[in-house]
Amino acid sequence: MSALSGWGQYPRVQAHLAQPRSPEALRALAQSGGTAIARGNGRAYGDSAINSACTIDLRAFNRMLQFCPDTGQLVAEAGVVLGDVIATFLPRGWFPYVTPGTKFVTLGGAVAADVHGKNHHKEGGFGTYVDWLDLLDHNGQVLRCSRSENPQLFQHTLGGMGLTGIIWRVALRLRPVSSGWIKQTRHVAGDISHAMALFEQAQDATYSVAWIDCLQRGPAMGRALVMLGEHAAPAELPAHLRATPFAPPKRRQFHMPITPPSWLLNTATVRAFNALYYWQGARGAGRALVDWDSYFYPLDAILGWNKIYGRRGFAQFQCVIPLAQAEAGLRALLAAIAAAGAGSFLAVLKRLGAQDSPLSFPMAGYTLALDFPVTAKTLALMQQLDAITCHHGGRIYLAKDSRMARDMFHQTEPRAAPFAQYRQATGAAGAWASAQSERLGL
Amino acid sequence: MSGSAVLILGAGSDMARALAHKYASAGHDIQLAARQVQRLAPDQADIALRHGVAVSLHEFDVLDLGAHPGFVQGLPSLPDIAICAVGLMGQQSESQTDMQKAALVMRSNFEGPACILGLLANAFEQRGHGVLVGIASVAGLRGRGSNYVYGASKAGFVAFLSGLRNRLARGPVHVLTVLPGFVNTKMTEGMALPQRLVAQPSDVAKAVFAATQKRRDVIYVKPVWRLIMAIICALPERVFKKTSL
Repeated sequence: MSALSGWGQYPRVQAHLAQPRSPEALRALAQSGGTAIARGNGRAYGDSAINSACTIDLRAFNRMLQFCPDTGQLVAEAGVVLGDVIATFLPRGWFPYVTPGTKFVTLGGAVAADVHGKNHHKEGGFGTYVDWLDLLDHNGQVLRCSRSENPQLFQHTLGGMGLTGIIWRVALRLRPVSSGWIKQTRHVAGDISHAMALFEQAQDATYSVAWIDCLQRGPAMGRALVMLGEHAAPAELPAHLRATPFAPPKRRQFHMPITPPSWLLNTATVRAFNALYYWQGARGAGRALVDWDSYFYPLDAILGWNKIYGRRGFAQFQCVIPLAQAEAGLRALLAAIAAAGAGSFLAVLKRLGAQDSPLSFPMAGYTLALDFPVTAKTLALMQQLDAITCHHGGRIYLAKDSRMARDMFHQTEPRAAPFAQYRQATGAAGAWASAQSERLGL
Repeated sequence: MSGSAVLILGAGSDMARALAHKYASAGHDIQLAARQVQRLAPDQADIALRHGVAVSLHEFDVLDLGAHPGFVQGLPSLPDIAICAVGLMGQQSESQTDMQKAALVMRSNFEGPACILGLLANAFEQRGHGVLVGIASVAGLRGRGSNYVYGASKAGFVAFLSGLRNRLARGPVHVLTVLPGFVNTKMTEGMALPQRLVAQPSDVAKAVFAATQKRRDVIYVKPVWRLIMAIICALPERVFKKTSL
């Protein structure tokens, strides 16, 4: 038994971690009789990938098996991390179609959470580019599933949080790119309505995301930097980069050497940081060329950045509010956050496109994500934010959740009951469970 | 040396896998040899895809001495570097009661590895170049009550490598002895080890790669082990015999 937690280091749960290395060992664990959950690189924030009786570490299954340069289809084991896919295939002109904000996620984790990126409004989620999966079920059978083969199981596994079985192999289509650079355009939005208007005008942009100052009240509430991006062609690069458009960016990685005391992070320091970030961003508004690593994974440069919130860990609140109620909902959320004076360094706003899935997070609307150090006060605030989300017809992202109440989940998720019924009917309910699924009653 | 082939014996272990990736990333073709070698097909595909090198699989049982010459003959080319990562820890409690099991540990860590490396050494010498790498163990530097069957077999291997190096020292063939200390692998899974003394398989791979480039003779992976083993080896026997290490 060891203490396991997600990326937020909250909650910490005593759990048995099994580390199978062979197919036989993995099959034996799948059929062991009790409940279990697969775990990848531990980048879900909360308790999605923890089962105290049996958590199965898939990281030894990290082999890439096949690549077709005609279609861009990569077949790989679920423990491969996205960063390895990029390291291997970007030099050959390929990049993942969809990437979350860290390259340290495994493919299995990305499928289980059906993660989205800055292009969801235009190109959909991670699952859109999954051609098929091999799923290991509780009978030790490997089921190939796709849109034509075992389609129900396929759909329930994309975004199914690992609750349908163990994702073993993934066939993922990659995007052809002609450089490792992104053309970024930065716009300054004075308030939330302006930020939303910028997103709506930018529906054709491949990538769009906004950093939002969540401590501003009054007329500047929701002031933001909206950043749009497109893959750059070699001709658009400065001369010295044109010959080697895929050359790896020179970046240094930092380790968080210590866990800083939690008093370091207070309203005053966050307010100062936000003001600086905003004014610096506003000054530098306009166009820039950014390497893929800095553009998609700014936080990956600081290894172990999750320690900045102190020993008690942190929780990320990420909700989506449907389009019709988005502005009212975002205003109510931001007002509550500013009133509590509990903002975080990086609050992110993003327009999501429509998606019809058994349990995946995205819906047409706006998603807001921000971190809070875990304290009694912030936990209470997050309950308040839950209520606002619920009131405006929104829902919470399970990959980020570590503390939502069961009632809240069922009020906001009419899909929960059919998903649970599907699990009952297929026998998955007795075999796969996480601390999160038990907390939420899924 | 880029493009030349590296043979990895006992290719199914975590350490061997890390070594294969390390050498492949430097452009070497890779020959993976193990029992039931087909189970390594995913690794073969993975190494070839990631690094763009040729990777071949070869059935190899270190205990089947009679098959060794045929195995060497059957390789696509005589490798430039041969790394023996074969090893069997066994359970000391079993090794001291069941002599069949003890013999298996000794044959797996000493007899088999020494014979195949001896064979390859002769072939390398005849060809005029080559590097032999034996993954031995710090356990081979002094027999301890908790682990002496394994330790003795590794001690035999250490002595064999040292003698082989001495024999070949005036020629072009080089011999490297690796004493990894604790490594986080399947072999040590579940053992309560002081984490500061534990290396990752990728650390071993990096150290071995650097050592073959610099033609080092004997390496430890974590430098602290050199100190630890110096102390352990310096203890007088009448003191040592009463310790429980």
